[in-house]
Amino acid sequence: MVALTPPASSGDRAPRAQKVTLALVALLLAAGVASLAVGAAGVSPWAVLGDWLAGEAIGLRERVILLDIRLPRLVTGALVGASLAVAGAVMQGLFRNPLADPGIVGVSAGASLGAVLVIVLGGLLPAGLVALAGSHLVPIGAFLGGWASTLLLYRISTRAGRTSVATMLLAGIAMAALAGAGMGVLIFLADDAQLRDLTFWNMGSLAGSSWTRLAAAAPVMILGLLAVPFMARALNALSLGEATAMHLGIRVERAKRLAILAVAAMTGAAVAVSGGIGFVGIVVPHLLRLAMGPDHRFLLPAAGLLGAALLIGADMVARTIAAPAELPIGIVTALAGGPFFLWILLRKRGLVDL
Amino acid sequence: MLDAETLSVTLGRKPILKGIDLEAKAGTLTCIVGPNGSGKTTLLRALTGEVASSGRLRLDGQDLRSLKPEALALRRAVLPQSVPLAFPFTVLEIVRLGLTGVPGADARSLPAQALHRVGLGGYEGRLFQELSGGEQQRVHLARVLLQVWQPVVHGIPRWLFLDEPVAALDIGHQLQVMRIARDFAEAGGGVIAVMHDLNLTAMVADQVWLMTAGRIAARGTPAEVFTDATLAAAYGCAIRVSTPPSDGTPFILPQAAA
Repeated sequence: MVALTPPASSGDRAPRAQKVTLALVALLLAAGVASLAVGAAGVSPWAVLGDWLAGEAIGLRERVILLDIRLPRLVTGALVGASLAVAGAVMQGLFRNPLADPGIVGVSAGASLGAVLVIVLGGLLPAGLVALAGSHLVPIGAFLGGWASTLLLYRISTRAGRTSVATMLLAGIAMAALAGAGMGVLIFLADDAQLRDLTFWNMGSLAGSSWTRLAAAAPVMILGLLAVPFMARALNALSLGEATAMHLGIRVERAKRLAILAVAAMTGAAVAVSGGIGFVGIVVPHLLRLAMGPDHRFLLPAAGLLGAALLIGADMVARTIAAPAELPIGIVTALAGGPFFLWILLRKRGLVDL
Repeated sequence: MLDAETLSVTLGRKPILKGIDLEAKAGTLTCIVGPNGSGKTTLLRALTGEVASSGRLRLDGQDLRSLKPEALALRRAVLPQSVPLAFPFTVLEIVRLGLTGVPGADARSLPAQALHRVGLGGYEGRLFQELSGGEQQRVHLARVLLQVWQPVVHGIPRWLFLDEPVAALDIGHQLQVMRIARDFAEAGGGVIAVMHDLNLTAMVADQVWLMTAGRIAARGTPAEVFTDATLAAAYGCAIRVSTPPSDGTPFILPQAAA
């Protein structure tokens, strides 16, 4: 665990963390603007903005493309990226392990199973409940699936306040396989219309983004993101183990429950809106720890910013690399994130020494 | 004052502590000694609230179990035997985690003072994971000291719980750490330490609890507890206790064991 740049001799990395955070804000803004400008239709937001400032009427086509296609996609990408990256950082803090990631240890699979369950068997739920939940039903299913799998994973891999890396990774594999089998059964049961909805989960894509879909999932993600800053101190103390965290005055059980809920909310909602997008949760916090240290007070907000910018960038690549066709964004993040994950494994072989 | 009556701990079905009565006064240093597996560390964990226990347990007259973690953290600090660390923190970042009840004005200067106190002045910027085992142990001691920096606050004593604080240290640092514990007690705070080294214990302890099989088999000053018969019964081997001519502190030579 060697830092890229040695820490300042004072040992205080807060000033550097603040600089990095400012740079990330700029990066996110730039990514957002660039994402609005890039697209198959060749509509330039600058030209539209110029027209608008000149007092000219904006064409319906431009308005639809910018406000109803590119903007919801941009906001979805930013929220999903932030949620996945922050969920990864929180999970790594909770499991005291830089390899924990919702995608790798089966939480995303659990969330997918929850969503698929709702899509295929939602018709069996009481009509009143379905009407009440409305379009939130799929995000809720994904959240419950993610929650159950995070709880289960923590129970299995933690004993006497210590989390075993090997057990966690292996339990994650088993849970992902179980969720996959469950989804297989559901796909077998599904009718044609449901099958079309289901294919979406296997891809991981922002292509279906719309304000309606976003409205269903965004509140859950935002709730999870808002809860996270309150966990920074507890996660810092938890880095020294549960017993020491308690000695330092942390209500450990409550902090753990809150962290698990937040991870499930962010992962579940992100999966509900965009399917399985992998590796954001492991790459982003890892890069940030190298750049500014592991203090969660700075790491968590920075992870949100970098995760959002990264996913917006990946989406631009997905949209343009095979234009006018579109590559699922999950493929882009896996292509970039897979080798990165292997690189972390190689550098930290001692850590996962089975 | 820390006091307990019929304190018992059961892990699984196995009784680890079997109805212990004890009392430790603020301003004194108590050492828990005993053979491996006699329940020393479990007793310390019960006293810090880390493991569930039955029986009465009070810290300065208050039921210890009724105190919330954040309130307890202002009254006592705990140095465990080993602390796992998941992420690459610097020494300063670790020590700062002990800043739980320190007002903001002191928060800037105290971490450096605490590090200086344990002989690690200037180590602030080092990465914790690159230090030796003994240095890591002392970084945690600095963090723990910072948490209860004033041994007495508003007339209420604070407590230090140390689990084998000198296990990983060379003799110079062993003496330094025991000096720190001694000073904390003399300034009015309470210290409870699990110890393996009987000679260091004899040098610094006001009170010794000798544990065997989940009970306190003997208690008192080192001179009262460290007798040939008591130690031989507890440790299961014939041990000779000697005293140097100067001050009457007992010492135990492994070479003198029969």
